[in-house]
Amino acid sequence: MATQHSRSAARIMMAPAVILLLGWMLIPLTMTLVFSFKRYLPLRGGDLGWVGFENYVRFVSSSAFWPSVQTTLIIVGGVLVITIIFGILLSILLDQPMWGQGVVRILVIAPFFVMPTVSALVWKNMFMDPVNGLFAHLWKAFGAQPIEWLSDASLFSIILIVSWQWLPFATLILLTAIQSLDSEQLEAAEMDGAPPLSRFAYITLPHLSRAITIVLLIQTIFLLAIFAEIFVTTSGAFGTRTLTYLIYQRVLESQNVGLGSAGGVYAIILANIVAIFLMRIVGKNLDT
Amino acid sequence: MARAVTTRRKTINTVAAWAIGLLIFFPILWTILTSFKTEAQAINDPPLFLFFDWTLENYAVVQERSDYMRFLWNSVIIAGGSTVLGLIVAVPAAWSMAFVPSKRTKDILMWMLSTKMLPAVGVLYPIYLLFIEMGLLDTRIGLTIVLMLINLPIIVWMLYTYFKEIPGEILEAARMDGATLKEEILYILTPMAIPGIASTLLLNVILAWNEAFWTLNLTAAKAAPLTAFIASYSSPEGLFYAKLSAASTMAIAPILILGWFSQKQLVRGLTFGAVK
Amino acid sequence: MGQITLNQITKSFGDVQVIPPLDLRIDDGEFVVFVGPSGCGKSTLLRLIAGLEDITSGEINIDGKDATEVPPAKRGLAMVFQSYALYPHMSVRKNIAFPLRMAGLDKAEQDNKVEAAAKVLNLTDYLERRPGQLSGGQRQRVAIGRAIVREPAAFLFDEPLSNLDAALRVNMRLEISELHQTLETTMIYVTHDQVEAMTMADKIVVLQAGIIEQVGSPLELYHTPRNRFVAGFIGSPKMNFMMGAFSAEYDAATIGIRPEHISVSHTEGKWSGKVGVSEHLGSDTFLYVDVDGLEDPVTVRSTGEVAFRHGDAVHLTPDPEKIHRFDNQGLRMA
Repeated sequence: MATQHSRSAARIMMAPAVILLLGWMLIPLTMTLVFSFKRYLPLRGGDLGWVGFENYVRFVSSSAFWPSVQTTLIIVGGVLVITIIFGILLSILLDQPMWGQGVVRILVIAPFFVMPTVSALVWKNMFMDPVNGLFAHLWKAFGAQPIEWLSDASLFSIILIVSWQWLPFATLILLTAIQSLDSEQLEAAEMDGAPPLSRFAYITLPHLSRAITIVLLIQTIFLLAIFAEIFVTTSGAFGTRTLTYLIYQRVLESQNVGLGSAGGVYAIILANIVAIFLMRIVGKNLDT
Repeated sequence: MARAVTTRRKTINTVAAWAIGLLIFFPILWTILTSFKTEAQAINDPPLFLFFDWTLENYAVVQERSDYMRFLWNSVIIAGGSTVLGLIVAVPAAWSMAFVPSKRTKDILMWMLSTKMLPAVGVLYPIYLLFIEMGLLDTRIGLTIVLMLINLPIIVWMLYTYFKEIPGEILEAARMDGATLKEEILYILTPMAIPGIASTLLLNVILAWNEAFWTLNLTAAKAAPLTAFIASYSSPEGLFYAKLSAASTMAIAPILILGWFSQKQLVRGLTFGAVK
Repeated sequence: MGQITLNQITKSFGDVQVIPPLDLRIDDGEFVVFVGPSGCGKSTLLRLIAGLEDITSGEINIDGKDATEVPPAKRGLAMVFQSYALYPHMSVRKNIAFPLRMAGLDKAEQDNKVEAAAKVLNLTDYLERRPGQLSGGQRQRVAIGRAIVREPAAFLFDEPLSNLDAALRVNMRLEISELHQTLETTMIYVTHDQVEAMTMADKIVVLQAGIIEQVGSPLELYHTPRNRFVAGFIGSPKMNFMMGAFSAEYDAATIGIRPEHISVSHTEGKWSGKVGVSEHLGSDTFLYVDVDGLEDPVTVRSTGEVAFRHGDAVHLTPDPEKIHRFDNQGLRMA
């Protein structure tokens, strides 16, 4: 609580941030909404008038739509499963006493700081290249036929690359959460006769549940929007066209803005469904 | 209380953790190693790990051929500029919400968070169009503004959680001592919040540096930062592994170093204060 | 000068009125203590006087001038906060000098005043340290130093001793009292601890739910509490209250008798009962006696030497002069 004077000062000081974000949100959003109801082809005649919900229907009924949804779900789901399971294991390992803990931590989180275009290119060329990639050498060393990773196992390859980038994030957050666990709780459980596995299941895991949910939601939002990794590796070929990439192609590559905008509205709705759950958790945290 | 751990167990932990750590770090290590090889050595069969003729030639070539410094400079300007601009807008806003909360503060914070979740691709064309109209396409100023806007919610949130930890009584004491609002923020709040502001700055430089949707879609030759520069290696130059590695190493090195400094703040920033 | 008058002031947070219309006059040089249970509005009242909160209606006068709309810094008041609110990034010297710096005093003058205040408060050796390197008592003194240098019309203290341990609290209590005698400046002191109120105040203001229950000197409050609340709040251990047959005898709804006004005997007395718990403090003994016909045990304060044990049958006799009578509204009866 405060005085009238400081309250009005507060309103003025908040204004720039609020106005900027409001503009950033409302103006493009309104434009996308308007475009989505139009036949709009900038290179082939421009604005060709209102078409109602035609773009929405066409976007969903196009042959590329359902595969792209499927691809999106596989990539997002795959990365989530890998990063969360390995993230939990890794964070528990890193929480144990060892020599050089700080250095190991640095090694583990490093991939998160690598820009997406670099990690995509390095993996694509230096690891997954069927001739000169390290994987090819490895396969040959065991007498196996090198795999054409990005065409024959394209989805797996993308999941691998993206998981490598996001595993540090999950690990770091789960590690922070584990470290905030009161060790007396574990000691009490030990005194009560709980073996290590039960201590993990009944004490550690419940303690981590909130952090896991947060990792899940934040990663989902970022993973739904992955772009550079696909742009650089396969450009959406070989079944790696996600919803985001499909919309990008409609808008910028084939310049069908109306159709792409309808797709954009779908993407916004999808992201908002996830966002609502995330915001509930974050919001709860605000009260305490 | 910590407990004595047997050396045996500690050894097992150490070996396992280091093995996994090195495995995860290996792609980066490999990139750095390759950047010091010649092109022939880079694709040697079998691969060469440490025993090759170390050379700095790739770094020289990358700089010479592609004008690397220009992209680096673009990255510095865009990442630094967007962060500084963001801080200027966010510090007063975070002050208001942390110290003069109203019934709507929570709603405003949540709403700001929600703008961060707007999928970029959903507004790609409008932004693209606005950029053309305003002559901002392929300019550093345009990109700086966009990156400032997409990271503003994170900046406000991080500052808010840091400011919340400063006891309000201290600011009231300053007010009683005769400080004006400006003096209160300048002499009391800012010095006390320096660690928080610094980590906010760090995290946002990292996020802006690595941003790879708008930087790829809103730039061409002129304002392209390192993300776009590296993407241009996707073909056919990407086949020159040593040069690709040198360019990549230079692009990620500064941020790796910054990142290591900011690991703690990273958690808070990326979870909007929900995990500390 | 430091004469403060509150005229029909009220404070509401949203729809909740935390201070109903309230009048109070604080004279120059007085040591006034606001005391009451937590949540009674005493801190809010202090913050209204400081100007850290707006009053919803009414008027605050400081030295005869309307200060209702005057911002905190311009009211000529200094405040010592519960958490001390020292600036952690500044040395002790800079902390104490801060209000002077804000007032635009030149450096030499600032230094003079800081040194003088430091001398009074025994802080001279610590001037270059940061607050984080000081003990609780030292921090408290820095906070007081920061208030002193402004030479305010009045000092406001918001539960300043509640973060100190018991021994230190007694020391600081004395120091603040001494400071008041030296400076002769008006002091307004908020606490929930009635011992602090009794020992320090010239005038005690007992608050409950934003309402002033009684204003008076410590002894007035002790001897003639205006109602049951004040009677129960002031004095330690608490006053015993009795109803029913016990009070009917005195023609009152409730009677109250302080533990120190009851005599105890093995053989004879007005009320009989059994000793429950006895606490031996050395100088005193507190007996909790289960009296026949009463639900709550009666507290009795006795000398340190008496040896009563759990289960002993005892007889209690109140000093008839010291019995407080209350009507069914809880108000004192003449």
